[in-house]
Amino acid sequence: MKFDTICLVETPEGIDLHAELVGLVPRSLAYGIDLLVRIGILTVFGIAVALTGGKLGGLWLVAYFLLEWGYPVAFEVYRNGQTIGKKAFNIKVVNDDLTPIQFGPSLVRNLLRTADIFPFFYVFGAISICLTSRFQRLGDLAAGTVVIYAEEPAYDSSALDDVTPVTPVMALSEAQQTAFINFSLNRGNLSQARQQEIAEIIRDVIPQRIDDPVDYVRGVGKWLLGAK
Amino acid sequence: MKQLEFERLHNDFWNRMQRILEGAEIIESERSTEFPSDYRRLCQHLAMAKSRRYAPGLTNRLNQLVGLGYQSLYGQRIKDHGQIVEFLVTGFPAALRSNAPYLWIAGALFVLPYLAMMIACLFNDQMLYSVMSAGEVRMMEAMYEPSVEKFGRESQASTDLWMFGFYIYNNIGIAFKCFATGLFAGVGSLFMLAYNGVVIGGVSGHLTALGYTETFYPFVIGHGSFELTAIAFSGAAGLKLGWALLAPGKHTRIKAMHYAAIDAIKIMYGVFIMLTIAAFLEAFWSASASIPIAVKYLVGAILWVAVYYYCFFFARAKVRLYIEHNAAR
Repeated sequence: MKFDTICLVETPEGIDLHAELVGLVPRSLAYGIDLLVRIGILTVFGIAVALTGGKLGGLWLVAYFLLEWGYPVAFEVYRNGQTIGKKAFNIKVVNDDLTPIQFGPSLVRNLLRTADIFPFFYVFGAISICLTSRFQRLGDLAAGTVVIYAEEPAYDSSALDDVTPVTPVMALSEAQQTAFINFSLNRGNLSQARQQEIAEIIRDVIPQRIDDPVDYVRGVGKWLLGAK
Repeated sequence: MKQLEFERLHNDFWNRMQRILEGAEIIESERSTEFPSDYRRLCQHLAMAKSRRYAPGLTNRLNQLVGLGYQSLYGQRIKDHGQIVEFLVTGFPAALRSNAPYLWIAGALFVLPYLAMMIACLFNDQMLYSVMSAGEVRMMEAMYEPSVEKFGRESQASTDLWMFGFYIYNNIGIAFKCFATGLFAGVGSLFMLAYNGVVIGGVSGHLTALGYTETFYPFVIGHGSFELTAIAFSGAAGLKLGWALLAPGKHTRIKAMHYAAIDAIKIMYGVFIMLTIAAFLEAFWSASASIPIAVKYLVGAILWVAVYYYCFFFARAKVRLYIEHNAAR
């Protein structure tokens, strides 16, 4: 079985849109946050009901019902596929063609929680997420929805502003060029030591007289990107 | 073309598209016709960036913009004007009538155990204890004592509002579970239907044998039309889901289940509405002891006829047209 966390969808323009699928752990944690939010609301409401002498206990049960079944649906439909927990983890629910989720599919996937919970603690849902290629629980499968990361980290070419372009002394293969470019652009995400380590790996294509491989690789990367 | 030059050339365009797509900039009306072609240009840029193997950061940014554009061009907006009325007039009856086989099976699965258990309990006063504990049976008997002021599931602190909440929470929850467990090849729905039939039939038979007919039937007849019918409907929706898994036909199992769910969920919208009505009736009408029994029977009978007329006979020609139209799509 091929495991890949990228979900590709072809648009009518012939473009492959990609989105990164979310696995079991972030989804469970997001669910946990939503659970705490719901418990919090019910506790506050419950105290309010108790203070008014318990006459409004019926409303508390209605609120319990609405929070259990309606909370995820309302957030997914009107808050761009994100409940509070999902927002905290920067993930969202979309249709499997990556269009925004509508009321029907949202209701299907949330009503079918009952099947995912079975027999306890979302065991079936967890198994389903682990076994399906697009990390879908049973409700997702029936509703035709996937959970994806909301957005990729923003791209910033200004990361290269402090670099002087360096002309490479030898011909670089396509794969090497890509490696140089990606390293130079992604530097912000790496620690100093890790950068050093990676630059050392490509020591072969770095001239011996260069003292700081990191600066050299970034310079070549900038040159390859087209700076002169 | 080198990447930086490509970026220099198009960066203004991308930034403008980003502002538009994120809603920060409104497109003037005379320029809104340009959006599709602008979007296609964006797609072209993404394709170029990919084929030229520009850095992932740039491809990701373009992918993100194209994704937003794709959603605003092709994503369905939620239209709620007139949708509820359309659903009630044609959508719900159409969903029911085009799934008649599931309704028959679900109905039978509920009614036959109901009748069997009711008859058994009429003739054997120990029978009910096979499905309910002694405490539950005692509670059930106490509820329908002809001497009590209020009928139905009561507790000391209860008010009509409290009971309304209980019925909403409990009954709609049962219906949702009856639907969802259909995902297990229909087995869950089968079980839920038959089990509810056995328990409810058992209680009716037991209380009839005790002679509590003066309290029990006037209590249940009003909301029963909505409640019992809706439970059977939710089971039917679950069976449809399960059957799609067992016999997917020309689709893959996942696709078949997906299509079945689109249809089944329409039944569930209706089930939700019916059970909300049932909860209102049960809490504020059925439980009232001040309404004469004759009136309760009369209204109850009218409600049963009305529910079944609406579900299966109301606006037949119009609903048939609606079903054909939707099947053609």
